[in-house]
Amino acid sequence: MHLTTLTIDAAVSAVQNGSTSASAWAEQHYARIASEDAKIGAYLMLSKERALAQASRLDRAVAKGETLPPLGGVPVAIKDVMVTRGLRTTAGSKILENYIPPYDCTAVARMEAAGAVILGKLNCDEFAMGSSNENSAYWPVHNPRDLERVPGGSSGGSAAAVAAGLAVATLGSDTGGSIRQPASFCGVVGLMPTYGRVSRYGLVAFASSLDHIGPITKTVKDAAIVLRTIAGRDSMDSTSADLPVPDYVAELEKPVQGLRIGVAKEYLGEGLDREVRYAVEAAIQKLESLGCKIVEISLPHTKYAIPTYYIVATAEASSNLARFDGVRYGYRARDARTLSEMYRRTRDEGFGAEVKRRIMLGTYALSAGYYDAYYLKAQKVRTLIARDFEEAFSKVDAIVTPTCPTAAFKLGEKAENPLAMYLADIYTVTADLAGIPGISIPCGQTRENLPIGLQILGRHFDEATVLRVAHAYEQAVAPSA
Amino acid sequence: MKVTDKDVAYVADLANLELTEQERPRMLRDLNAILGYVDLLDELDTQDVAPMAQVSDRFGVDPNKAGSARFAYARRDDVPEGLRKSFTPETALGGAPESDGTFFEVPKVIEK
Repeated sequence: MHLTTLTIDAAVSAVQNGSTSASAWAEQHYARIASEDAKIGAYLMLSKERALAQASRLDRAVAKGETLPPLGGVPVAIKDVMVTRGLRTTAGSKILENYIPPYDCTAVARMEAAGAVILGKLNCDEFAMGSSNENSAYWPVHNPRDLERVPGGSSGGSAAAVAAGLAVATLGSDTGGSIRQPASFCGVVGLMPTYGRVSRYGLVAFASSLDHIGPITKTVKDAAIVLRTIAGRDSMDSTSADLPVPDYVAELEKPVQGLRIGVAKEYLGEGLDREVRYAVEAAIQKLESLGCKIVEISLPHTKYAIPTYYIVATAEASSNLARFDGVRYGYRARDARTLSEMYRRTRDEGFGAEVKRRIMLGTYALSAGYYDAYYLKAQKVRTLIARDFEEAFSKVDAIVTPTCPTAAFKLGEKAENPLAMYLADIYTVTADLAGIPGISIPCGQTRENLPIGLQILGRHFDEATVLRVAHAYEQAVAPSA
Repeated sequence: MKVTDKDVAYVADLANLELTEQERPRMLRDLNAILGYVDLLDELDTQDVAPMAQVSDRFGVDPNKAGSARFAYARRDDVPEGLRKSFTPETALGGAPESDGTFFEVPKVIEK
């Protein structure tokens, strides 16, 4: 089987029935990484020792006749914003270049407990701040579908690795679209769960009221399997919700007939690329042909989402990133004569341009005299955006939109213009602000063969419906169907 | 222009960032471009709108309760050892740029 199409169930059953081993899956992926990743740049670090130890444990279990857990022997990789015990974790930043965490992120630990084999840590924009992966302090990631183009961001390495067959599934994080947008650009599936659905313990914090961990996979079913593994209350994260975790995989097979699907005109207007619009409109027709009822809705505050997001997110980031001061871990500037000089030079030398820009913007928005005008104002508009969705979800069961206004852009195209880069997040930031779940799945490609993403949004904690609609569409357009 | 050179210096100071002379003009330009766009929010009358600080303000809490009781789901009993065993001093200091084995070491705190 070719690694680019290997799914979780196929990988597990091949190990279970003895046609291959967990160790062989890991070695085959490492061989492919060795041959392909030099041009893509998805991996920041490989964790061969840990991966092969886990793989041989699983192989011994199979030899003893044991049944593998749901991710038994599946090669996965982790965005480098999730800490891994004993494995360097950089968050894509120079300030953490030599940081070896003393503990594991809960989501990572749950993946490993379910039998996943962690191949390594994946490239990303520094502290998950960016939409192109060009803000990585190490190197940019190239889109496997077109190496001159960005893979999206900030989970660019996570999406590129899955698209290129360098991991079966990966974990990413989403604060303003950082799972869904790169999934869209690379032609894979990216799921942002509801705020609180997945523990963030061990996630390097960017904006705590917006941060989410979620899977990037090749199929909707794989996203359901990973979500089932990582979801649920964690006593180490008081923001994780104490709600039962449904069997998302079983839910996939429920019929979609009669589901009401909302289409918002604000997501199909000015700024949307024509080819993306056609692909999304065709997908809406496909859902209608599957028996869904298409309902026109309005989300009137959509155009305020970008300024709202970039005030709330940067304000929270300015506070969260205060911890990087050169005292307890990470980089420290040399030869500073006083403590305050050490802080200031450490942060100036350790952070990249975009991170400094966001810290500055957030600090400004929180500073005396501007707090009400910017931060409080943005929090109030956030309420209006959340209310838009509450209103819409009283009429519909899910909402379908484009994931991004365009397909993947070229490396360097927006690098000098931060505002242009921010504006491209228009269709994804809204779900983060409202805290609702969303998925991006492939829905065709442009004439230049660039993938187009379809976004499906749902009610709080209703990932089951989001996944069900996504699965029905995916099956309906699959070449074999 | 909303933000001036002086503001950039002041905010950099608040944020503990030592911006270089080369970084300042670019920062000034970018902050003004972004804040100019943020002015879009002024179109909205939000006088009577409550601010949303957390998603759980709108979901996941028991609306019939008041104060911290609304967030009862996030409460837990104290565990004497903590939820996770504490790190040994060696582990906790393991990532420090400088330490003496018991404390983190930093440059002189009191400036003249």
